[in-house]
Amino acid sequence: MGASETLPMTATGEINAAIIPDLRRKRMERRSFLDTLFTLGLWGIAAIGAIPLFSVLYMLITKGGARLSLDLFTQLPPAGFMQGGGFGNAIVGTIVMVGVACVIAVPLGICGGVLTGAMAPKSKTAKVVRFIGKVMSGFPSILAGVFTYAWLVVGLKTYSALAGGVALSILMLPIVLLTAEQAVAMVPKRMKDAAYGMGCTHTQVILKVVLPASLPSILTGIMLGIARAAGESAPLLFTALFSNYWMRGLMEPTASLSILIYNFSGMPFPNQIELAWAASLVLVLIVFTFNILSRILGRPKY
Amino acid sequence: MKLDPFCAEQGGSGEPCAPSFLEILCDRGFRWLTFAAGGIVISLGLYIIFEIGSAAVPAMKDNGLGFFVSTTWDVARNEFGILAEIWGTLYSSLLALLLGGFFGVSIAIFFTQGYLNHRVAQVFRSIIQLLAAIPSVVYGLWGIYVVIPALRPVASWLNEHFGFIPFFGTKLSGPGLAPAVIVLAIMILPTVAAISQDAFKQIPYKVKEAAYGMGTTRREAIMLVMLPTAANGIMGALVLGFGRALGETMALAMLIGNANQISLSLFSPAKTLASLLASNFPEAGAVEVSALMYAAVALLIITVGVNALGAFIMSRSKRQEAI
Repeated sequence: MGASETLPMTATGEINAAIIPDLRRKRMERRSFLDTLFTLGLWGIAAIGAIPLFSVLYMLITKGGARLSLDLFTQLPPAGFMQGGGFGNAIVGTIVMVGVACVIAVPLGICGGVLTGAMAPKSKTAKVVRFIGKVMSGFPSILAGVFTYAWLVVGLKTYSALAGGVALSILMLPIVLLTAEQAVAMVPKRMKDAAYGMGCTHTQVILKVVLPASLPSILTGIMLGIARAAGESAPLLFTALFSNYWMRGLMEPTASLSILIYNFSGMPFPNQIELAWAASLVLVLIVFTFNILSRILGRPKY
Repeated sequence: MKLDPFCAEQGGSGEPCAPSFLEILCDRGFRWLTFAAGGIVISLGLYIIFEIGSAAVPAMKDNGLGFFVSTTWDVARNEFGILAEIWGTLYSSLLALLLGGFFGVSIAIFFTQGYLNHRVAQVFRSIIQLLAAIPSVVYGLWGIYVVIPALRPVASWLNEHFGFIPFFGTKLSGPGLAPAVIVLAIMILPTVAAISQDAFKQIPYKVKEAAYGMGTTRREAIMLVMLPTAANGIMGALVLGFGRALGETMALAMLIGNANQISLSLFSPAKTLASLLASNFPEAGAVEVSALMYAAVALLIITVGVNALGAFIMSRSKRQEAI
C-alpha cells in the first residue's frame, strides 16, 4: 500500500506529512505481533477441532463402506466365528421402534405445543408443561431406559419393541413439543387477528391458520426428533434388548442398529467388528438424512 | 376483487352469524384435547420421577445415605455405594468441559468475529452441527479403534517420564479415562460452540465498533470487550455442556473401562453413574436393580440441578441483553 493512500490530504490537495503522525501499526510492534499470534492460534484450534469429524467420516467410509452390500440388508447377524451375514433385522427393528416413538411423541408433542404456544400460553397448565418439557430435554437418555424398564418391562414381564419405542418417545417428545411451541408462537399476531375478525372460533384459527403457517417448523422438530431417536442406544439397552432373528411382533425382544454396534464393538471377531462399522455407516446415513431434511424444511421461505 | 364475507353472492351466508352449535362443540373438543395432551405430558414427567423413585425405595432403606460415601458394589454381600461413580462422573465431565469448552468457545470466536467470510463460516457451522448428530455409539466405536490406539504411545511416554505427576500415574492398558474424556469433549463441543455463538451474536454491533474505534487490535477487542460482554451466555453454554456430559452414556460405557475406583490418573479406568447403569442393568437381580434405581435417582438429581442452573444463567443473560 502506498503512503499517499493512507495519509490525509489538505484542502489544496497537498500532503502535509510533517505535522500528521503515522497512524499505521508497525508489523513487529508487540500488540500487532500478539494479534497475529492470536489469529494463528484460532486457525490452529479450528483445524484441530475439524480432525475428529474427518477422522470419524474417514473411518466410516473406508471401514464401513468396504462391507457395504445388499447382504447387509437381507441377512441376519452372524454368530461367533461365522463369516458374512448382515443386520437386516436390526434395520427393521430401528425403523419399527422409531415408528412407535413417532406415533406416541408426534401427536402428543404437537397438541402440547399448540396448548403452550397458541391455545393458552399464559395458563398454569401451559407453564408446567413448558417446564417439564425443558427438564425432559436435558434428561440423560439412559434414564428414559431405566424408567421404561421399571414401568413396561417389569409390568409386561418381557423385553419388547413396544418398550423400546416408548423409551425413545420420551426422548423425542420434548424436541417435538418445544419446537412446535416455538413454531406456533411465531405465527404473526395479525394473521390470527384477521381470522378472528372473520368470526373464526379459537379452534378454527388454530387449525386453519396457525398450524398450516407453522407446519414447516413443526416438521423440522419432528425430523430432529427422529434423527435423535434413531441414533439413541442407551434407552434400548434394557428395554428392547437385542435379537438375532427377524422381528415377529411388538411384544418380543428386538434388534436395533445402535445396540448391534454396541454388542459387536467389543467382540474379538474381525467379521463382527467390520459389521459394526458398516452398521455405523448405515446409522449415520439415516441420522444425517433426517438432519438435512430438517434443515431443508426449516429454511426460511422469504 | 373485494370480498365481503356477508355477501351471499360471493359465497357468504348473507348475514353475520354466531358460530354454529357444531363449531362450538368442535372448539370445546379441540381445546379439551390440547389440555389433555398437556395433562399427559405433566403426568408423564411426574410418573417418571415417581416410578424411578419408588423402585429405589428398598435400596434407600437398606443403604441409606451411606450409599453416597461408600465405594463398594458387592451384589453377593448386598452392599452398594456410588462414591466412585459420582467421582468418575464429575471428574470425567469436568475434564471434558475444560477441553471441549476451550475448543468450543475458541471456535465460536473464530466463526463470529470476522475471521472467516460469512458464507464459509455458515458452511463450517453446519459441519459442526453434523458433529452433534453423530450417534453416541458411533463415537464409542471410533474411540475404541482410533483414539485408544493413537493415545497409547503418548500415554506410555507421559507415564515413563512424568509418572510422578498423579495425572500420569498409571499406564493406559486399553479403555480408560483419557480416551473417554476426549470423546466426551468432542460430543459437547457442538453444544458449547452453538450457544456461545448465539451469545456473541447478541452483542450489539456498536459495542464492537466502539472497541475498534478506540484503536484496539482484533485480539484486544475480543479479549477485553467481546468476551466479558458475552461472559454470561458463555457461562450458560458451559453449564449446559456440562449437563450433557454428565448424562452421556454409551460412548463412556464403551471407553471408560468400568473399574470401580477413585483415581486422579488420566490413564486408569473409571466408572460413571450412567455407565454403571448401562453395564450392570441387563444382568442385575431384583436387589441390585433397586440399588441401580437409587443410582439413577442420584444421576437425575445431579443432571436436573445442573441443567436448571444453566437455564437460569441463560435467562439472566437474556434479560441483561434486553436492558
